[in-house]
Amino acid sequence: MQKDPAPPRAWHEIVLDVLKANDIRLVPYVPDNVLKPLINAIHADPFFTTFTTAREEEAIGIVSGAWMAGRRGIVLMQTSGFATLANVLASLPCAFQIPALMMVSERGTLGEFNIGQAMVWRTMRPVLESLGMEHHVVSRLDECEFLCDRTIKQALMTQQPAALILSPLLTGGKIVTPKA
Amino acid sequence: MSQSLTTAHNAKRMYRFDLTQRLVARLRNDEAVIGGIGNSNFDLWSAGHRAQNFYMLGSMGLAIPIALGVALAQPRRKVFALEGDGSLLMQLGCLSTVAALAPKNLAILVFDNGVYQITGGQPTPASGGTDYAAIARACGLPGAVWAADEADFERLVQHCLETDGPHFIGLKLDDQPPVSQTERDPAQIRDRFMRGMGAKKSKLPG
Ligand SMILES: Cc1ncc(C[n+]2csc(CCOP(=O)(O)OP(=O)(O)O)c2C)c(N)n1
Repeated sequence: MQKDPAPPRAWHEIVLDVLKANDIRLVPYVPDNVLKPLINAIHADPFFTTFTTAREEEAIGIVSGAWMAGRRGIVLMQTSGFATLANVLASLPCAFQIPALMMVSERGTLGEFNIGQAMVWRTMRPVLESLGMEHHVVSRLDECEFLCDRTIKQALMTQQPAALILSPLLTGGKIVTPKA
Repeated sequence: MSQSLTTAHNAKRMYRFDLTQRLVARLRNDEAVIGGIGNSNFDLWSAGHRAQNFYMLGSMGLAIPIALGVALAQPRRKVFALEGDGSLLMQLGCLSTVAALAPKNLAILVFDNGVYQITGGQPTPASGGTDYAAIARACGLPGAVWAADEADFERLVQHCLETDGPHFIGLKLDDQPPVSQTERDPAQIRDRFMRGMGAKKSKLPG
């Protein structure tokens, strides 16, 4: 009789392993509800140095400085956090060719309940595109490892910033049921 | 060290370039120095390029976060952040982050001229009396002080070099302009800094 296949790993387990495999140790973040299981797992693992910052801009400065001094990092944030970053991304990682890595939990689409989030969501891709910044949307569990691993590796090898966008298709997003 | 009696009101107004030269002259162990936007990094450049200097050309307010990143990456190297008052005001939250992480090897120097000098000298909203050293103490950096004068500054820098931080020194400035401007080649600045940090080896001459 054939054995049942192992249950698929959750997205945050896959992401955690990819970060470790690429020696990404420094993880400053401004929290997001959907990122909670990843944040909790990173806090629980002594491999990582992880902490909250007051602003996402600050976290970009921290991982940029750390990378120039030999330690790799990634910033976790939600869409609204990314929307605060255009100036510092343009003038620090883009101008100086620093592989600042970002993982963005995508709010504002596919069932968003908060119009503010839906509005700010519209700014994310235009900013990424106008900066010419490498970015990929992770929407499927079976693509999660490949997309995260290759995006991180390319950013590090080419010394360019990059963003990984975690779609609600992957994470489930944050849902509020409409009132009848 | 005993708490300095110098306050934001009686600190001597000093010359940024002179202070920067005094700092650099005391660096013996390849300490990293991160110069903030505009004049803060211009005077660091004018004091004589060192491989361990990083000159921030944009990203106003990020000199302290960048220095924090360097400090976390290399705990045995002392790291100085040189930041303008207007720039710090834009990113005050970073003081809480520094306090929370408490990197022993980080020293923050704030150049407080009360104005946005590089954009024409407009007063910052804090120029009416906001006390940055008091803010830093309230954020959890209890040793934050104002330098009374140049001699006091030299003592405080030596204290940063010889004792565990994080340290914070407030510096009241006169209104003299910067001496010259940094060569604006970000990729080259980054490359040289990484070599200075020992984080990059290359056969391309640097
Ligand atoms: C986000 C952002 N806003 C405004 C500016 C324009 N700007 C560049 S330097 C500067 C003033 C910096 O003030 P401070 O840090 O006090 O240094 P100072 O010029 O007084 O030496 C301003 C407003 C900018 N570069 N970035």
